[in-house]
Amino acid sequence: MPIEQRFLVVCVALGLVITIVELVRKRRLREEYSWLWLLAAAAIAVAAFVPFHGLLWLASLVGSENPPAAVFFFGFVAVTLLCLQFSVRLSRMTEQIKNLGQKVALLEAELERATSPGGGSAASGGPAA
Amino acid sequence: MPPVQTQTTPQGATAPQDERPAPPTELGRGVVIMPAFNEERTIGPVLDGVRAACPSFDIVVIDDGSRDGTAEIVRAHGGVVLRHPFNMGYGAALQTAYKYAASKGYPVLVQLDADGQHDPGFVPVLARRVLEGHADAVVGSRFLIGKGYIPPFARRVGMVLFGYIASVVTRRRVTDPTSGYQAMSRRVFEFLQSDLFPADYPDADVLILLYRAGFRVEEQPVAMRLSPTGKSMHSGILRPMFYVFKMLLSILVTLLREPPGVIAPTPGPAAGPRRG
Repeated sequence: MPIEQRFLVVCVALGLVITIVELVRKRRLREEYSWLWLLAAAAIAVAAFVPFHGLLWLASLVGSENPPAAVFFFGFVAVTLLCLQFSVRLSRMTEQIKNLGQKVALLEAELERATSPGGGSAASGGPAA
Repeated sequence: MPPVQTQTTPQGATAPQDERPAPPTELGRGVVIMPAFNEERTIGPVLDGVRAACPSFDIVVIDDGSRDGTAEIVRAHGGVVLRHPFNMGYGAALQTAYKYAASKGYPVLVQLDADGQHDPGFVPVLARRVLEGHADAVVGSRFLIGKGYIPPFARRVGMVLFGYIASVVTRRRVTDPTSGYQAMSRRVFEFLQSDLFPADYPDADVLILLYRAGFRVEEQPVAMRLSPTGKSMHSGILRPMFYVFKMLLSILVTLLREPPGVIAPTPGPAAGPRRG
């Protein structure tokens, strides 16, 4: 890889790190998610210094004759796994939001009953738990 | 007020009188729950019908983020409104009511749709099957009554398919796996308030879940008609496809999971704390 290209890749990695730290500083990105992105930036920086025969070895791992294609393949796999990870988190949050919404509905009904003129013994019925 | 759907009440129903259950004797305490999303046009007569069919039962309507007067109509009928802060879907609405009923300790719960599709006259029959201990959960089947409304073809295909799968898995004949007209005992709704409940699209997979948890599920004939508003949860082209896909997947993973043990009754309205 020519030195200019290495320089460019390192710049991209560095820019990514600065952006991530800045986002965390402004509390727009949680620390809990930032490490994944810092890892990605580190991987990019390391890739800049992998010698060509290293790429050949990587390509031979997946039986590819074309080292850049192998790099794209591994990058694609990594991004796919990242997306899957987000879907898992999203599913958990959906469940949490649902439970929260249900709790709001139940508490609101309880509050309404307690503060209604009937003093809580209205038709809403049933002894409170 | 829009035209009143008088046939929803037991007095003027379209279903033949001979198939109608006997007038209610004393049922005691219980709760009728109805998920509702913008149902102000249909819910009034359904509420009247429920009141007439089982005066001793409390009525709880889960208002799933309606923007119309549904909640006011329910309150005017003396029902309890559980209001979701935003629309969360039919399954989540059912589960909110399960949590409510569990916290109040009702011995029996009957659920039906607020759109007038389900004849409230059958609430006492379903409730009594549970109260008398014949079954833990009773599903109202529109196909055991012989006549009545026939759903559209696409929907029938899904019903036959999932009815067949549910029949094979539960080793009982399931004719109407998509029926939302159900009665269940306290143990069942306490069980369904957990995160095991498929809150996005509960259907045949719930029957299988209940069977696997060791509950006795049976079907009873009920009269159903096409929803007066004509709309269905399953209308359109993509939604039925998604529904079939989701249900197959849901049934598959339900079967792949360990059979759930019946959880111990929880005192509060919410499931226990969770850690991810």
